[in-house]
Amino acid sequence: MNANEQKLCAVSEMDASCRVPLLALFGGAALWLVAGLALSVLASLTFHKPDLFADCACLTYGRLQPAANDLILYGFCIPAALGVVLWVFVRLSQAPLCLPLLPVVGANLWHLGVIGGTIAILAGESTGFTWLEYPRIASVLLLAAFVLVALSIFGTFGWRHHRELHVSHWFLLAAMLWFPWIYAAANFFLVICPVRGAAQAVIDWWYTNNLLFVWLALVGVGIAFYFLPKFAGRMLYNHYLALFAFWTLIIFGTWCGIPQGAPVPAWLPALSTVAAALVIVPIVAIAKITLKTVRGSHAQCKGGPFCYLKFGTAAFVLSSALYIVQACPHFSRTVEFTWFGPAQTQLQLLGFFAVVVLGAAYELLPRVMGFELPYPKVVRFQHWCFIAGLALLVGSLAAAGVVQGMKLADPKIGFEQASAATLVAFRVSTTGLLFLLAGSLLFAANILVMTARWKFGLLKTCLAAATAPLEIKEVRS
Amino acid sequence: MKSSLPIFLAVFVALGASFGGFVFGSISQLGTAKQTLVLNSTETYPVQRTGNATLGLQVYRANGCAACHTEQVRQEGAACELVLMGAGKKPDAVAEVLKEIAPAGGEFSANDLPKTLLRGVTKETADVAADKISTAGGKAEIHISAVGSDISRGWGIRRSVAADYLWDYPVQLGNLRAGPDLANVGVRLADAGIQLRHLYAPRSTVEKSAMPPFHFLFETRKIGATPSPDALPLTGTFAPPAGYEVVPTEDAKNLVAYLLSLRADVPLYEAPFTTAGPAATPTNAPVAAAEPK
Repeated sequence: MNANEQKLCAVSEMDASCRVPLLALFGGAALWLVAGLALSVLASLTFHKPDLFADCACLTYGRLQPAANDLILYGFCIPAALGVVLWVFVRLSQAPLCLPLLPVVGANLWHLGVIGGTIAILAGESTGFTWLEYPRIASVLLLAAFVLVALSIFGTFGWRHHRELHVSHWFLLAAMLWFPWIYAAANFFLVICPVRGAAQAVIDWWYTNNLLFVWLALVGVGIAFYFLPKFAGRMLYNHYLALFAFWTLIIFGTWCGIPQGAPVPAWLPALSTVAAALVIVPIVAIAKITLKTVRGSHAQCKGGPFCYLKFGTAAFVLSSALYIVQACPHFSRTVEFTWFGPAQTQLQLLGFFAVVVLGAAYELLPRVMGFELPYPKVVRFQHWCFIAGLALLVGSLAAAGVVQGMKLADPKIGFEQASAATLVAFRVSTTGLLFLLAGSLLFAANILVMTARWKFGLLKTCLAAATAPLEIKEVRS
Repeated sequence: MKSSLPIFLAVFVALGASFGGFVFGSISQLGTAKQTLVLNSTETYPVQRTGNATLGLQVYRANGCAACHTEQVRQEGAACELVLMGAGKKPDAVAEVLKEIAPAGGEFSANDLPKTLLRGVTKETADVAADKISTAGGKAEIHISAVGSDISRGWGIRRSVAADYLWDYPVQLGNLRAGPDLANVGVRLADAGIQLRHLYAPRSTVEKSAMPPFHFLFETRKIGATPSPDALPLTGTFAPPAGYEVVPTEDAKNLVAYLLSLRADVPLYEAPFTTAGPAATPTNAPVAAAEPK
């Protein structure tokens, strides 16, 4: 066996080692994405017909919306990203997955936590803190599940055969460290042993910023910096600039998030505003690296995973720009408390993170499973669904936010009149959500058919082994 | 680079800095906060909410009211008014100074005091003018009021500050105004009956309201031997079928008690304003008159 064959053999072994954990993570995640978007559609219907769910406590807007948001973030984004991170670490380490049982257990615990948390929110047992609505028991499950998956990732990293560090290592390792930290800290100080008064709001803002902006950026960009050079068929543009972006992102980005004019001591929002201004540095660096890596590449993308990654990274730059605009004192006075904020969040979650993760998943699934996607053509179709859906959803909500903000700034315009100006936007945004829902169904179909086919294959192998005639040697013995 | 330990340490420090700053910083500053004194008064603020209102906060949390309502009033600045209280022994000298300070409304007679001389000026301008008047032997007061679109909408008298949320768990400031701000809804709409009717059928009180009706917080039941005293006075399309009445559940009553307890209407050191009118004693929240029946 020559060296080349040995490597090929190792690659298939590496991919096979993540098969079960990845299916466990992706399978549930795909269902949660469908469920989350479906709940989002239901929630948005309240704005079309306010008395739609008047008699049903569990479908009231204030419960549906957080449940939907959490399903998209905790149900889809995090576990699907963990799946991709597992595979990226296996590939970067040139070694099979370490402790492969842990992520399987972790994935199931995670999904159990998401089910419990969602039911609790719909039953009125949410904690009341934005993005931290899951009650204590579900949070404990999620934290334990994350630690299990992270242990496997750290193990794979520790036993790596290829010692050289990749840029993605930095981004992803920091993220694996940061999530348990912020999640445990926020839950401890808000839910388990609550602090007094307005400090609760500060901790919730700190957590939200560090999860939705910093953590998603670390993981999403880390994944993109692994896949983009591969697709483009060249090296990542300027390794050192990427490290510079990493350090500036974690040093400045972690201090953002306290809104202007918040009812807290003035140093907190002031510090956040300065940090938000400085965050321009890593964002520009990431945009430059992506452009220089991708531009002029002869690789065709044709709506495939390469397109997803490019679109996702562009969405990241746009959503970060909107985030910085929100923190700028001049604009924040107008767009604060309007639909501009949800528009930015949806762009960050669905436009950037979900698209990057979906692209990576479509790329790695055929390799891990050892056979092609059952519906390869829908990958391209889903990409268009997501682009159309996001443009409608984010564009309409952001525009509605600006209009609403400008009307609210003028006290002569009544509140109802200012809100009525946003009604047209809801028609458009619900349509956008339907496009996204259609796209997520396509992903779920691919994953579920793939899982079913694999299980059927396993069953067939088992059956064949069981019914095969015994070899003469064995009969004699 | 092949060694990963220095990276871990550096990442630990870089990430941990914000944890130390925002989490421990805010806990050490706000987490040990106690009641404060109302400005120019010996009363403490805030007063603990009543039992019903505390239970109502949990209804507010369970139904995610904060998804559409904020509980924070913003303020863009403060404006001062200069009010002449008395002319002292030398009215002529004061009148002379007034011509210089407020050429338009400089004349005054002893009958129309106190008289507002300047409106919407900065603290510095008001201070200088007040000094001149007192040098001339007159007496002037400076009244401070908050300015901003939220204040003009009547959502509050001053900006919200950390002290307003001292006793609440969870603190739900909200981040979207699909509905109006509620930081002072107890001052604005102090009638429990209207609040209940608004919860059951928002459009019966606000014509174009986008708020979903919360029928599940009410019970529609057959009128018994005597109609319930709590039954909502509903008319037209909102009325229940004949022979039925709509009665608020405990949850609805508690929620309204909580809404009525939302009264951030006293001046504090960090958010000062001059209380208007002759009754200068501040009403501390929640006042007895605002309690739901």
